[in-house]
Amino acid sequence: MNDFSLWDILRNLLMALRWTVALSVIAFVGGGVVGALLLFLRLRAGKALDRAIGTYVQLFQGTPLLMQLFLAYFGIALLGVEVSAWTAATVALTLYTSAYLTEIWRGCVASIPKGQWEASGSLALGFGEQMRHVILPQALKIATAPTVGFLVQVVKGTALASVIGFVELTKAGSMISNATFQPFVVFSCVALMYFALCFPISLYARHLERKIHVHRR
Amino acid sequence: MSIVAEAPAHAAHVAAGAPIVQITALRKSYGSNEVLKGIDLTVRRGEVIAIIGKSGSGKSTLLRCINGLEVFQQGSLSVDGKPLLHESAMAMRELRQRVGMIFQGFNLFPHLTVGKNVMLAPTLVKKRSTLETASQARKLLTRVGLAEKFDAMPDQLSGGQQQRVAIARALAMEPAVLLCDEITSALDPELVGEVLRVVESLADEGMTLLMVTHEMSFARKVGDRVIFMHQGRVHEMGPPAELFANPQTPELQQFLSSLHD
Repeated sequence: MNDFSLWDILRNLLMALRWTVALSVIAFVGGGVVGALLLFLRLRAGKALDRAIGTYVQLFQGTPLLMQLFLAYFGIALLGVEVSAWTAATVALTLYTSAYLTEIWRGCVASIPKGQWEASGSLALGFGEQMRHVILPQALKIATAPTVGFLVQVVKGTALASVIGFVELTKAGSMISNATFQPFVVFSCVALMYFALCFPISLYARHLERKIHVHRR
Repeated sequence: MSIVAEAPAHAAHVAAGAPIVQITALRKSYGSNEVLKGIDLTVRRGEVIAIIGKSGSGKSTLLRCINGLEVFQQGSLSVDGKPLLHESAMAMRELRQRVGMIFQGFNLFPHLTVGKNVMLAPTLVKKRSTLETASQARKLLTRVGLAEKFDAMPDQLSGGQQQRVAIARALAMEPAVLLCDEITSALDPELVGEVLRVVESLADEGMTLLMVTHEMSFARKVGDRVIFMHQGRVHEMGPPAELFANPQTPELQQFLSSLHD
């Protein structure tokens, strides 16, 4: 009955791994762009918009990613727009990532002492110049480690896209295990692949963290 | 490019005595708490003004109103004939080029070298070439006695050195007025002198200075006029010799005697 070799399992999982990576990258880049946009709006705009963005962040942080995926998949369909699992997963993960990243970055910008804004402002620098030359270079240094660390969350979060039928690593795993009746072997391989993806990222985040602390002495 | 070191002195000879900062009926409050209750003040070009008073008297707030770091609700303020308009980014940029500020906490940009700290604003705001701003920065750093620190990072300097860099950074914009907000309060006692000497040399060259200070002997020595602030008002004002020797109000008498305890 079982004509699947371990190599067959691995090969099929590796094919699916591409989609996990692709989804992670899209979520991270898209989330980063949206997150940065929200950050600028938040720093620049008045109280009302700041509160609106705050609510947006709370909404995405306060609900399970699984629900967000369901809502993106079935919710958009209710509006009469046909969405593929691919689109729904991309949209949900991008928004989810943007909410976390904008909050992480806002914290980093807020941790820059007020005196830096005042000193650069009193030298007649405009908001854009202050951000670009004074605030962001300092905030970026603080932000790198938690940002890279959050990337791990995104990679693991993509597993949830399997529930709306998007074939990435986890979904491929359950499909293969249904065919091979070797769930333990298959999911061990799946877990190892996630680990192989995430562990280097965490290591890199930790390395960055250490580098910053050395810098600060 | 004019040599910054000479520009203020030159200006002082040309237009000494012309009003440069004009404050009329200025009021500022934080919520329901009014911290400045109607300030009228005219500062003439080349004048050195020391602002003294208890903490919470509004002296720092007044100083910070002059370059728009604080927003005031009523009254008007102009520098060099240019009115302060909070809503207009253009007007603020104009005004802030005329007004330099030095802070208690130095506020150097920690990610930039000393030289880059001084060069940043003229490069961005005045659109000068790096070559020009670098040579200007070297001159200014020489002037504050830190020529050899051009490539150092701020955290490699002592507090007194950092504050002198901050002075050079402010001077790089060639301001007409320099605001000093308790600039020696965060320094170890042995480092105060080096900073005050630089400020004194600026005063001698005719720079218009407004300084909030706790250094009474310095205020007496360098100031043309001393302003005593109390509860959000200019309570007493006059030449230092007069004001310190012969305070007219009980509040100032009390303030001065409290300093000797």
